[in-house]
Amino acid sequence: MKNTTSLFRKAVVGAALTVSASAFSLAQAADTVKVGLMLPYTGTFAALGNAITNGFKLYVEENGGELAGRKVEYVVVDDESNPARATEVARRLVTRDKVDVLVGTVHSGVALAAARVAASTKTLMIVPNAGANDLTGTLCSPYVFRSSFSAWQPSYAMGEELARRGLKNVVTLAWNYSFGTESVAGFTEGFTQGGGTIVKDMSLPFPNVEFQPFLTEIASLKPDAVFVFFAGAGAAKFVSDYAAAGLNTSIPLFGPGFLSEDAVAMGGAGEGLQTTLHYAEGLDTERDNAFRTAYAAAYSAQPDVYAVQGYDAAQMYHAGLQAASGDPSRKEDIIQGIQSATIDSPRGSFTLSRAHNPVQNIYLREIKDGKNVIVGVVSESLEDPARGCSM
Amino acid sequence: MDFASFLIQTLNSLQYGLLLFLVASGLTLVFGIMGIINLAHGSFYMIGAYIAFVLTSATGSLMLAIALGIPLALAIGAFLEWALFSHLYKRDHLEQVLLTFGLILIFEQLRSILIGDDVHGVAIPAFLDMSIQLTEVMSYPVYRLAISAVCIVLAIALYYVIQRTRLGMMIRAGNDDRTMVEALGININMMYRVVFALGVALAALAGMLAAPISSVYPNMGSSVLIISFVVVVIGGIGSVWGALVAALIVGFADTFGKVLLPEISGMIVYLVMAVVLLWRPEGILKKA
Amino acid sequence: MNTHVSLILKLIAVIAIACVPLSGESFYVELVAKMLLMAIFAMSLDLLVGFTGLVSFGHAAYFGIAAYSVALFSANFGQMSLWVLLPAAILLSALAALVIGFFAIRTKGIYFIMVTLAFAQMAYFVFHDTPVGGGSDGMFLDARPSTAIGSWVPFDLDNELHMFYFALAMMLLVYAFLQRVLQSPFGRVLMGIKSNEHRMQSLGYYTFGYKLAAFSLAGGLGGVAGFLYAVLFGYVTPELLSWHESGNVLLMVILGGMGSLVGAVMGAFVFEAMREFFADITKYWQLLMGSVIVALVLFMPGGLTAIPGRIKRALQGGAAK
Repeated sequence: MKNTTSLFRKAVVGAALTVSASAFSLAQAADTVKVGLMLPYTGTFAALGNAITNGFKLYVEENGGELAGRKVEYVVVDDESNPARATEVARRLVTRDKVDVLVGTVHSGVALAAARVAASTKTLMIVPNAGANDLTGTLCSPYVFRSSFSAWQPSYAMGEELARRGLKNVVTLAWNYSFGTESVAGFTEGFTQGGGTIVKDMSLPFPNVEFQPFLTEIASLKPDAVFVFFAGAGAAKFVSDYAAAGLNTSIPLFGPGFLSEDAVAMGGAGEGLQTTLHYAEGLDTERDNAFRTAYAAAYSAQPDVYAVQGYDAAQMYHAGLQAASGDPSRKEDIIQGIQSATIDSPRGSFTLSRAHNPVQNIYLREIKDGKNVIVGVVSESLEDPARGCSM
Repeated sequence: MDFASFLIQTLNSLQYGLLLFLVASGLTLVFGIMGIINLAHGSFYMIGAYIAFVLTSATGSLMLAIALGIPLALAIGAFLEWALFSHLYKRDHLEQVLLTFGLILIFEQLRSILIGDDVHGVAIPAFLDMSIQLTEVMSYPVYRLAISAVCIVLAIALYYVIQRTRLGMMIRAGNDDRTMVEALGININMMYRVVFALGVALAALAGMLAAPISSVYPNMGSSVLIISFVVVVIGGIGSVWGALVAALIVGFADTFGKVLLPEISGMIVYLVMAVVLLWRPEGILKKA
Repeated sequence: MNTHVSLILKLIAVIAIACVPLSGESFYVELVAKMLLMAIFAMSLDLLVGFTGLVSFGHAAYFGIAAYSVALFSANFGQMSLWVLLPAAILLSALAALVIGFFAIRTKGIYFIMVTLAFAQMAYFVFHDTPVGGGSDGMFLDARPSTAIGSWVPFDLDNELHMFYFALAMMLLVYAFLQRVLQSPFGRVLMGIKSNEHRMQSLGYYTFGYKLAAFSLAGGLGGVAGFLYAVLFGYVTPELLSWHESGNVLLMVILGGMGSLVGAVMGAFVFEAMREFFADITKYWQLLMGSVIVALVLFMPGGLTAIPGRIKRALQGGAAK
């Protein structure tokens, strides 16, 4: 998958530093399309990066390794989830490797930096995970799309749902980085509009996982429910700690779906935990079943929400490329194509909002026997308000 | 904060502090006795946690995993001392920093290749998998209490080893004067190997014990490393008792800071460190 | 090495670097600009590690503080003049180094390493946990500083080439400045402290003051690098202050060979090139990087600048047989 030509070029330039690289300018084969995968392959989010990559490649393979008649060539780079290197890594893909589309990434801070690069260089970008509202809010750009969700979506839906259930007093707890604070803000909006009150809003630095002091505080406040935002390793640990403190029997816990993605790692502690997300296991639609079977056959692993987002990123680009008759340089047509497409996603069909965020169903899920099983749709075709977007 | 909450937060502080002590004790021993600055100490914590995960999955019992894991950690420590660290004693601290910095990268990537990057849970042994009801809604996991108990037992054992045994005598002597120990005909190379292996085993044991409550995940050693450094600096390099006192101070500062001063909770332990350094630049208990 | 030969080699290197923009590839222009600013960063640390004998493991803090001052000033006052912003950033990072140094220099050896690390972590947490600088999400820079003096605009930092040559000029300036500092009486005292601090004390030097001055100076020069980073990339994050970055810059100094400014520059270039190269050939690049570091420590004490001497010795040894 490595681009050996560019490697060679790099070696030459690196050694001589004076060689005019234009002499080596590669004749870009007319029938390929270059996809830059800028994802985490090391560190905390490596598993997510791999799932997204698998999902993307699965869709391309299902189309015979082509999108709109073009062979797909990948340039893969590890962004390490390190914001300090984000601009550099994104610029490398855009200016050196000259990718036609930038697919990335998981970490919101890295994605925000990369989206700035994409917007300023007019490069098409599809964000296959990062939930920062700003990506399709204040920083929205014609060139930036998202195949996942905004932090606001699942949390707002959860806020509405808890208010509908008649809960009055809720304590919130989250990591104090944008994803966490935006999730809590979305929840608070939905919950207080429905008449609920936030008793206390607590936060801790990301990715701190020593929760015991907060659990003690929750126990002394005795709210009707607790809403938290945690993801990855921290999520599994929080749910386990919450159960071990005995709080799960007296104060129900809710959160956006990332809280329960590692249901297996929680052991029995997560049983009965309800979360909201744009995907769930057991949707039992023809589309989802076919996707799950194909994914399991290709990678001998079960797909998760990240794999779906990667898969849909490929679908979105495909739709755009088809509208441009397979010519990756016709950017306006590609953008139009994606904007007007209905994406036949395993999660259920979705369209894109004016700010390029999916308008999608939010599902309520519950952990049963270590699996996130669907309970129902809590918010149908929910659209992110795209605050601050002037597009 | 009501009184019951205050008591529970105190318990939280003690438990967190004692676990920190376990990690930091190995670090301070290796620092103080061998003069080796070991950035990879956090990686040994991570390795311990992954050993616990792999062996618990294979044997079905955390107890058995720990029983097998400790000799394994000792062996890893002895091997690394022989292969790498023994070449560094006469070198600059700087090169030790670099070598162990490189080791962190290697260990993390090997972990990624061998085990993968997923988050894994480790089951608590059945006989400890229960909670004690403290208030009407809050209960306290017995396993956390058990960890604290193990840490206390280990602290006492360390005290006994260092104060009462021949190895401890050599350690104390080596801590003070290397040439003196050599003059006494003690095999200092063997002693260093034992001390280093012990340091690795202490960090790994902390990782194994913490695995069920923290779950195992990539980069888990990184945050533990820095906080252990702070503990060692506050306590005084080479002082096991200093590490104990410092770990408890950090445990309390961190726990109560989170609840009472949430805005600056990340910095509190560092502020404590700054104050201690102003007051005693060599730490609270330099060489007890 | 003959001073003439070395001067000619340096000139050739500078000319080669100055020709990079001829490639017309903005990626390489930006990469080499980053190498240049990392070279400044590495030289500033070398002043402490290689010449004064102070192993600071928290040097990224000053880099980051300067970078954040650029972002914070720009966020609050809009586009600013380079001639105000650059001195302000240098001053702030030097000031931070002065305060931290006041605590850290009271300690020695391993303690010094750990204390500098811990203070750098504290600075990291200030930006990471408090809303001062946008928390862990970092901050974006909306406009690069203007260079106008009155109505005269000597160059334009928004222009890629101007930015590149500005970085090159700053690197040469810092190099020349440090060269002068090291040859001055002040520099000689620092080297004296490195070889034997007690002797310097008994000669009547107030070594604490000299060390603190060196520490602040290094912080300020590290700030030059941080300033360039913020202007070049337009984005700052707490990760710039993390201990990994402090480790990386130490690595550059060692890689090149401590106590040599040219070595520090070479170390920065080779390190950045290695990182690019390894990340390009495998996703297990950290394994390669780690192995290279371990091998370097075990088999190549003295770093890159020691290689010519070692080859010479090996050749002479061979000839003697």
